[in-house]
Amino acid sequence: MTTISEAMQPPRTSIGPLGWLKQNLFNTWYNALLTFASLGLIYVALRGVLVWALTKARWEAVTTNLVLFMIGPFPRQQVWRIWACLAMVALLGGLSWLAWGPWGERFKKARRWVLIGWLLSFPATLLLLRGLDGSSILPPVGTNLWGGLLLTFVLAIVSIVASFPLGVLLALGRRSSLPVIRIFSTLYIELIRGVPLVTVLFMAQIMLPLFLPEEVRVDKVVRAIVGFTLFTAAYIAENVRGGLAAVPPGQYEAARALGLSGWQVMVLIVLPQALRAVIPPIVGQFIALFKDTSLVAIVGLMDLLNIAKCVVAQPEFMGLKREVYLFVAVIYFVFSYAMSYASRRLEVALGVGER
Amino acid sequence: MAQTSSVSTVSRRAVPPWRDVRVLKILSQIVFTALVIAVAGLLYSNMKRGLESRGLWGGFGFLRLEAGFDIGEGIAYDPSDSYARAFLVGVVNTLRVTAVGIALATIVGVMAGVARLSSNWLVNKLASVYIEGIRNTPLLVQLFVWYFAVIMKLPRIKQSKVLPGPIFISNRGVALPCPVPSDSFNLWRLYLLAALAAALTLGIARARGQQRMGRPPFSGIWVGAAFVGIAALGWFLVPGSPLVLDRPSLQGLNYRGGLSLTPEFTALLVGLVVYTGAFIAEVVRAGILAVPRGQIEAARALGLTESQILRLVIFPQALRVIIPPLTSQYLNLAKNSSLAIAIGFPDLFNVAGTIFNQTGRSLQVIVIIMASYLTMSLFTSLLMNIYNRRVQFVER
Repeated sequence: MTTISEAMQPPRTSIGPLGWLKQNLFNTWYNALLTFASLGLIYVALRGVLVWALTKARWEAVTTNLVLFMIGPFPRQQVWRIWACLAMVALLGGLSWLAWGPWGERFKKARRWVLIGWLLSFPATLLLLRGLDGSSILPPVGTNLWGGLLLTFVLAIVSIVASFPLGVLLALGRRSSLPVIRIFSTLYIELIRGVPLVTVLFMAQIMLPLFLPEEVRVDKVVRAIVGFTLFTAAYIAENVRGGLAAVPPGQYEAARALGLSGWQVMVLIVLPQALRAVIPPIVGQFIALFKDTSLVAIVGLMDLLNIAKCVVAQPEFMGLKREVYLFVAVIYFVFSYAMSYASRRLEVALGVGER
Repeated sequence: MAQTSSVSTVSRRAVPPWRDVRVLKILSQIVFTALVIAVAGLLYSNMKRGLESRGLWGGFGFLRLEAGFDIGEGIAYDPSDSYARAFLVGVVNTLRVTAVGIALATIVGVMAGVARLSSNWLVNKLASVYIEGIRNTPLLVQLFVWYFAVIMKLPRIKQSKVLPGPIFISNRGVALPCPVPSDSFNLWRLYLLAALAAALTLGIARARGQQRMGRPPFSGIWVGAAFVGIAALGWFLVPGSPLVLDRPSLQGLNYRGGLSLTPEFTALLVGLVVYTGAFIAEVVRAGILAVPRGQIEAARALGLTESQILRLVIFPQALRVIIPPLTSQYLNLAKNSSLAIAIGFPDLFNVAGTIFNQTGRSLQVIVIIMASYLTMSLFTSLLMNIYNRRVQFVER
């Protein structure tokens, strides 16, 4: 007896590896030519890179400074605090997988607690890293000692979290029926989007201390975060505006007809739908921000890239710029690629654009 | 009588002013404006006090002072020139790298985007490795790699690599042959003008004919042929050649003649082109994929050849999807050119940084930087919007 699933096996499209080669690489004469040209290119490039990486390159600049690349000048006795943060995030990640994963239905009630846990993890992480004044267990670690990949992540995560509410407000402001608020939001968004990020960062470093009274001191990391937040908010506002425009007008009208007030319509009906639609572009924005944090090297913060600059400036690692900068590029690539891969999976899971 | 008056009072009192939407709207805008002005005023007065105490308050008069620092490359400039002139050098350098970068990035991007859609598996994968690899690393890191790890590691100028042309490549930059006008160029310019006039006349006649008859009276190739034909005729009629190729040569520790690019310019240009090219490739790919399959099948069914399908069916439809995101990539390239400061190319932002360090006029310098970039962004989007309007089909 053949079952239906057996009967519906798809037909084989190509016959063995040779058939695949013929179909995908040599189906026309110019494709064959292109194949040989690409093979030549790959051979030359791979050979050059591999010969250099395995025989000529001196990787000791990377291996001896690995900890420096990861955390910068963070006090080495306090490294357990970073491990604690990572453990907390890993724990929350595991719990989220339980709550939303394949057996998610059984833990449905726990979802709310996991979300609260994520919200609390944010101040908890900052507290753990920063420490408390006058505490012996958690001695304070100034932000000037935060560095490397740690600082890169702190800058990116804090900035995206801070810029999100601002971006939503700006998007709502740009669609507002009140002309003053609409003009203000539009001006802000277009002004920020018209200038390079590095000028905004520069302005945050130079102008922020000038704007505030002389008694108020803002440290460099906070200034950079302010710059990133102001910059990213304008881009997030445009993403959210797209999401708001995608909510059908019938939703507004139905909500009004049910007697909801203007605020209730926004908070209960429109924003949940709009924000769900803009999760993928906002993840994209976060990846862009993660890469853009490297710009703080220009204004003198000790992020991953600036640590690399300092390492190659040391006399014992002179002339090892290729190794160090390639290593840094690979780190950025691994994290950005992993995030964009996850966001594509998320897009499929959320079914954005399918309904 | 009494009843009607009570009804009218009720309707008048139904919405007290503090719950009247119209009043609230106006009131909330007034409150918002007042708040913005108050915050801005506070920040302004703080800044004014801070700057005045350091004697740095004032207008743009400092621009007339002598700059006193050197700028590596660009239009004619001397350290004894004014700050305004230094700014101008920076602006021209930014425009130079942006214009060349946009042209080259478009070529690279279109090629990579088409390669990404190739039916050839190997070409397809090569293109996707390029696109994913470049898009997932920061531009600043790439600039460092290009400048410090590639160009600075090239052979010294004495051992320059020589490519046919001759093109010299060394850690002191690149020298290319470039055409320069000779004595007979002025004469040839007249022929060029005549060629332009002929092409314009034919073009207008073609457009008029198309309007009248619904189809062009002759192929558009003739317009180009008229221009090239008259220009070529002039080339042979004038004594000597109007443009001569100036070949670079190695003299001492410098390149003489030709077009020589500094290592900073080369690194910035290569970095921007490679980076933006990867983003443009994705834009091009999305544009081509946005053309419905039915269009291609219908065109094939009508008997169009593959090249006709590409030229007449896919390309015009893909273009209207491509233009808006392409515009924002061009703008990104212009803005990203400000990263030149990291490798020492004297662009607008770099020069402005030096001026700020010398004068301390933070407010004025930032106003100038922002105004310049905003002008450039607005101008580019204006041009691209005009072009966009031309390629969009009229919806029926």
